[in-house]
Amino acid sequence: MGITVEGANKRFGDFQALEDVSISVPDGSLTALLGPSGSGKSTLLRAIAGLEDLDSGRVMINDEDATAKPAQKRGVGFVFQHYAAFKHMTVFENVGFGLKIRKWKKPEISDRVHELLRLVQLDGLAGRFPSQLSGGQRQRMALARALAVQPQVLLLDEPFGALDAKVRKDLRTWLRHLHEEMHVTTIFVTHDQEEAMDVAEQLVVMNNGQVEQSGSADDLYENPANEFVMSFVGEVNRLGDSFVRPHDMEVVLDADARTQEGMVQRIVALGFEIRVEFVLGDGTEVWAQLTRNELQRLELREGQIAYLRPVQAKSFNGSSPSQDHGASTPRGSADEGDAEKPAAV
Amino acid sequence: MEAHAANPPASPRAGIRLPGLGAGLGRGTVVLYLSLIVLLPLAAVVNQSLEGGLSAFWTAVTSPQALASLKLTVVCSLIVVVINAIFGTIIAWILVRDEFPGKAAINAVIDLPFALPTIVASLTLLALYGHDSPFGVDIAFTRTAIVVALLFVTLPFVVRAVQPLLLEMDREMEAAAASLGAGGMTIFRRIIFPNLLPGLAAGVALAFARALGEYGSVLLFAGGLPDTQVSSVFIRSQIESGNDLGASAVSVVLLIASLILLACITLIQRWGSRHERDGDGGGLTVMPMSGDVIVKKQGDGDDE
Amino acid sequence: MSSSTASRWGLRTLGLGYLALLLLAPLVLIFFKTFEDGIGAPIDAITSTEGLHALKLTLIMVAIAVPINTIFGIGCALLLVRHKWKGNAAIDAVINLPFAISPVVIGLSLFLLYGADGWFGPALSEAGIKILFSIPGMVLASVFVSLPFVVRETVPVLQEIGTDQEQAASTLGANAWQTFWRITLPAIRWGVAYGVVLTTARVLGEFGAVTIVSGQISGQTETLPLFVEKQFFNFNTSGAYGASLLLALLALMTLLAMNLLKRKEA
Repeated sequence: MGITVEGANKRFGDFQALEDVSISVPDGSLTALLGPSGSGKSTLLRAIAGLEDLDSGRVMINDEDATAKPAQKRGVGFVFQHYAAFKHMTVFENVGFGLKIRKWKKPEISDRVHELLRLVQLDGLAGRFPSQLSGGQRQRMALARALAVQPQVLLLDEPFGALDAKVRKDLRTWLRHLHEEMHVTTIFVTHDQEEAMDVAEQLVVMNNGQVEQSGSADDLYENPANEFVMSFVGEVNRLGDSFVRPHDMEVVLDADARTQEGMVQRIVALGFEIRVEFVLGDGTEVWAQLTRNELQRLELREGQIAYLRPVQAKSFNGSSPSQDHGASTPRGSADEGDAEKPAAV
Repeated sequence: MEAHAANPPASPRAGIRLPGLGAGLGRGTVVLYLSLIVLLPLAAVVNQSLEGGLSAFWTAVTSPQALASLKLTVVCSLIVVVINAIFGTIIAWILVRDEFPGKAAINAVIDLPFALPTIVASLTLLALYGHDSPFGVDIAFTRTAIVVALLFVTLPFVVRAVQPLLLEMDREMEAAAASLGAGGMTIFRRIIFPNLLPGLAAGVALAFARALGEYGSVLLFAGGLPDTQVSSVFIRSQIESGNDLGASAVSVVLLIASLILLACITLIQRWGSRHERDGDGGGLTVMPMSGDVIVKKQGDGDDE
Repeated sequence: MSSSTASRWGLRTLGLGYLALLLLAPLVLIFFKTFEDGIGAPIDAITSTEGLHALKLTLIMVAIAVPINTIFGIGCALLLVRHKWKGNAAIDAVINLPFAISPVVIGLSLFLLYGADGWFGPALSEAGIKILFSIPGMVLASVFVSLPFVVRETVPVLQEIGTDQEQAASTLGANAWQTFWRITLPAIRWGVAYGVVLTTARVLGEFGAVTIVSGQISGQTETLPLFVEKQFFNFNTSGAYGASLLLALLALMTLLAMNLLKRKEA
């Protein structure tokens, strides 16, 4: 059950949007496709939905080969970044659209629409038009619309991308609760790693049309397969060939064999965490994440010299991130959980 | 929750004012200009038509020849408008959604009826579909000729009214409908067509107004035979025979029709943009015209 | 999501077939006639005294009517867009009238207003000013029919650019005229240009209104379109076609200009 994509390839003119992409999404799970612009995540999502045709490869939905099926027949609910609201229809008509074309009877449509509107907390706005709703409301309507026809799979394409930060956070939480209630297999696309880590059970990191790694948020954070994944999921400092997380960067006042000298450039307080930016002897800029207590204890000031010691570092010799034309080394795994190359400390 | 108009009115202290003049003076000039050029002449027509009182007006309008010309004009215009509504939409569709060699050239040629003098159109249609037709078709001086001439001159109206709407339309609505299970025809019927309707209606109204009053293109091709005399030709003949009353009476009928149609277009515009976030274009009508496509910004939900 | 190939070809055939019969055939014919019987006879017809005069008169019409409507058009557009006023809707409606009124009715209206029995007729003729059957009347007719174009094309552009740039200029010390000349006008120039091209085309080709107002006096008040009609009814078909061709070529140049400007506007 669930969703499986095998060997998907898609080209737009000269641009290879998807290159030999395979992923597996367990039934009932909440998965995020995470990556920068142009990484192919939206294309992959649309291919699963049937809104794009693949050049080669297979899409399996609940153990059935859906590759040849048009979007209409795949039983997927799709939510668009810019809502794709039917602007000439009321909220009620929008949500009831799928039911109407399935020839449900009026009272049944009404019951179901109102049930869904209650679920997305838009009850009472049934007679409004999308142009009279805020962005957040429109997106909730779009969700209700997609859920109305009881899809096997729910796909969301950067659903909160067009919304304000605060609304984004609220809807994020709300989506998670919704999933806990409904347990529909859900895939959503985002470029925001915090969002992905907050909401999803499984993350699939993509870059340049290929899957870099997939796994839980913890897996990807602790055991990134390559430099790209490490710097995309979480913050990272680069020291030569090594990569160090800012909270793994210990700051001490005395030098020893393992430390490097750095001068404090700037101290920024971001709520509970403090960000201390250093410049090293060779000009490299790094930053360390300290708690307020640590900062007070060290009594750091701008211009001061201190010493940095990585508690844990990773290097990725030979496991370079995907290139535009695809390296021959196999990329991050198709199944959840295993990182391609264990981190070297 | 409602958004404001895209361009809020300029404050009195900034922004361009008519150089050197106050707004009041400018307004006065415009009103004077419009009155002199447009309103006064039209008033003269109305005045003339009522010279013998309402009964004389009525007699003039219901004279057999006048009535016949009005009937012919209206029937032909209706036929033309229906045909061009269908074909105009098809053409707009293939120009926006389809790709084929020479598309840009075809798009340019749509405006030909706007640019070509009507008398030249008449002559050309005569050469093509008249006595010496290279196709062997002779429809000159028939009612069909009227229809063909009117089809020619009104073609661009529907195409240019529907095209911008097709271009602006959110394609994702169609993708959403597909993901909800709607097939091609359903998508067209329930999603695309309702969004095209305002443009289509405005284009049709304008085309109809144009068809009712068309003169030059019909003149040489259909001639002014008793059988094929449209109202504009009738009016002209009345002027020539010095029958000002007859001419103005029928003119007033056409004028009333024009006014109604223009009012319809304004209402249609308002109705059509009721779903837009920035509402109407500041209360000014947007006439479906030859191909000026101003791409609207994709204004979207970013509040709250 | 892609429509089936069959329906795509079906629509293409219907649309392009219709266009071929209605638009392309006339277009091809116009080109064809240019070279068919040799240029000789048409040129003769045009270069006859009457033909040349008709051409000259047509150009005079353009030279007078187009600038008038351009200035009015820009001023009116500024007024409508930048100054909210209750009467704007009414002004807007009146501007749209020439789109919907028959040219013959327009000719009649001028005929009645300035004719011997008209409101202005007697007064003007006493002052020695001749409107009907003379150039002023024809200019009035041309201005009436081509009134809306510059306004209609300038208004959306003005709305689109907003007042930001103009306000910036104000804060930098520019007065109203400087702002208009240096900021506003350059910003709207393509919309205005497009309107001017449409106006010119309309004036060049105007037939119905000018017919009535001018009396079609050969060699005096006969524009090129009227010349075409007269030649035709005098069975001088090659003369008619010749003049027609000239007008058609001007129309094609108009079409070209329209297309180039459309790209600039976008």
